Amino acid sequence: MNPKLRARRRLASDVSITSAAPLSGLALCAGGLGVAMLPWLFASITTQATFLWLMVLFALTWDVTGGQMGYNSFGNIVFFGVGAYVCAIAQRDLGLGYFPGLATGTGLAALAAVGMALVLGPAMLALRGHYFAIGTLGLGIAFADAAAGWDFIGAGSGMALPLFPGAPGSRQHFFYYAMFVLATATLLTLRWLYARPFGLALNAIRDDEDKAEALGLHTTRYKILAWCVCALFLGPAGALTGNLVGFIDPRDLAFSGATFGVWMVVMAILGGKGTLWGPVIGAAIFHLTQELFWTYLLNWQRVALGVLIMVIAVMFPTGIMGWLRQRGARRSSAAGSPVP
Amino acid sequence: MTDLAVLFQTPELNLQLVVDGLLAGAIFALAAYGMALVWGVMNLINVAQGELVMLGGYVVIWLAGQGVHPLLAVPVAAAAMALLGWVLYRLVMFRLIDRDLFVSVLATFGLSIVLQQLANQAFGANVRAIDAGMGSVFLPGGLVVPQVKLVAFAAALVLGAVLMLFLRHARLGQAIRATAQNARAARVLGVDTDRVYAATFALNAAICGAAGGLVAMTWVIHPYLGLPYTVRAFMIVVVAGLGSMLPVLFAGGGLGIAENYAGFLLGTEYQTAFLYGLLVVILVSRNLLLRRRRSYLK
Repeated sequence: MNPKLRARRRLASDVSITSAAPLSGLALCAGGLGVAMLPWLFASITTQATFLWLMVLFALTWDVTGGQMGYNSFGNIVFFGVGAYVCAIAQRDLGLGYFPGLATGTGLAALAAVGMALVLGPAMLALRGHYFAIGTLGLGIAFADAAAGWDFIGAGSGMALPLFPGAPGSRQHFFYYAMFVLATATLLTLRWLYARPFGLALNAIRDDEDKAEALGLHTTRYKILAWCVCALFLGPAGALTGNLVGFIDPRDLAFSGATFGVWMVVMAILGGKGTLWGPVIGAAIFHLTQELFWTYLLNWQRVALGVLIMVIAVMFPTGIMGWLRQRGARRSSAAGSPVP
Repeated sequence: MTDLAVLFQTPELNLQLVVDGLLAGAIFALAAYGMALVWGVMNLINVAQGELVMLGGYVVIWLAGQGVHPLLAVPVAAAAMALLGWVLYRLVMFRLIDRDLFVSVLATFGLSIVLQQLANQAFGANVRAIDAGMGSVFLPGGLVVPQVKLVAFAAALVLGAVLMLFLRHARLGQAIRATAQNARAARVLGVDTDRVYAATFALNAAICGAAGGLVAMTWVIHPYLGLPYTVRAFMIVVVAGLGSMLPVLFAGGGLGIAENYAGFLLGTEYQTAFLYGLLVVILVSRNLLLRRRRSYLK
């Protein structure tokens, strides 16, 4: 792209974001209230709504490396699965009560996931482009197969988690709020990080890694840090999801590369990668359409998913946010208003 | 580690593992050569490679059910898959030319899900195989080799040789190589590159279809075996490069042997974990080598 044009487009988008700030703040408050009341208003869909927050978290964390940094990972599910298993092991073996056990397990899950990112990061993040994509794809499946063969964590038959002690129905509410808090914390943390030099460093790596390095940016450190941020939220998400479902299957839940692992990529790209709100929008749309339509597709959901991936990859690589931004740019140039 | 001790005590077992691995590796090498062809000529990575293998296997199984001899069904499967490859090019692949490589990875990943699920709908999730009706060859030293595997190995070698000759001497083969070297110059000189791309992808699908037919005869076919074959092909290409047939064949044989040993030592439940782990190890170590030479290959 013409560099002048790119600069102009970026300026235009900055303006629209700042001018919309008070409005989006208002919408945020209203939305937050609705979200907080949801389990009482629509009790029957609480679990689906919990999964919506999980999807938002998935898309947001994928976008840290995939969108902002340009490292398209098919293997972020590893951190989710490690978190799920570490929490389950802590709950099984530490002998604490339910809630202390869950809290400790979730904390340990975060630690273990970040540790895993620190261990895997230096080697994996040195891979570039499609080598990184395929390498992480292999990593995710390798973890799934290893977990399915390891007897200490139940091997292929998975792990059952302790029963929730509260009244029936309170379990769904508890995990709804827990997941909501976690997803919101992710969003706010990422918003804070993207406004800092950290966000700019990630974008510099995406635009031209060698140049960023030549300019004195410690790219390896930033790349590993970004993956750690992903892991920090994905680990606890795995811990909570394991407890919400009540059973961890190595291939279908913890290291579910064929579902969650692919969905996070699709959702982030559908919404628009490299933006803060794009993944949120993508996750919401994807999850809603999935819940509404996919039950009617019977056995054809997976085919539909594949077609969707192809269509998004080929025709809408910039996603909904990219489309909106393009439209906005066209309108401002059509009105003849000079870009400040 | 008792298995390791067994290996040292019985040299015949080692020989058996090596021979089995080599025979398997030749078939892996076929899929890998198709991938290298598409990667080199069209500059896209086809993640749906294994699904083409799987579909070729189903064609052979279906024909065998109609009473055709499996060996005669293999060329038919190759032809059918060439047609499918051409259709896929006209529908999807042509949109991926001259795009970012990640777009091709993601799009063909979607395609692989579609093909895999369609096969699941059409043929069911059951594991299928065909009996080619051939016995085993007993070689000196207690070595037992199923005849059908030897035939498949020979067929893979012949196919590879034919392919090499085709690319070197046939007019279309020369056009394919010209396009791989410089698509723009080829266009200037009157090569219809779009047709060359279509032919390349159809050729790749035909190779994969033939490989799938050989897989159906020697092992089993089920809808979900695509990704392991894609990953094997990718590994072989990464190790052997995009250049020529012989390194691909060696890398394929090496991979087959390594997988056989891993399956024997670690147990079959870890064999796939080993395969994907090996992929990661190969990519990372290749990167370290490149870094030491201070050359980054994008």
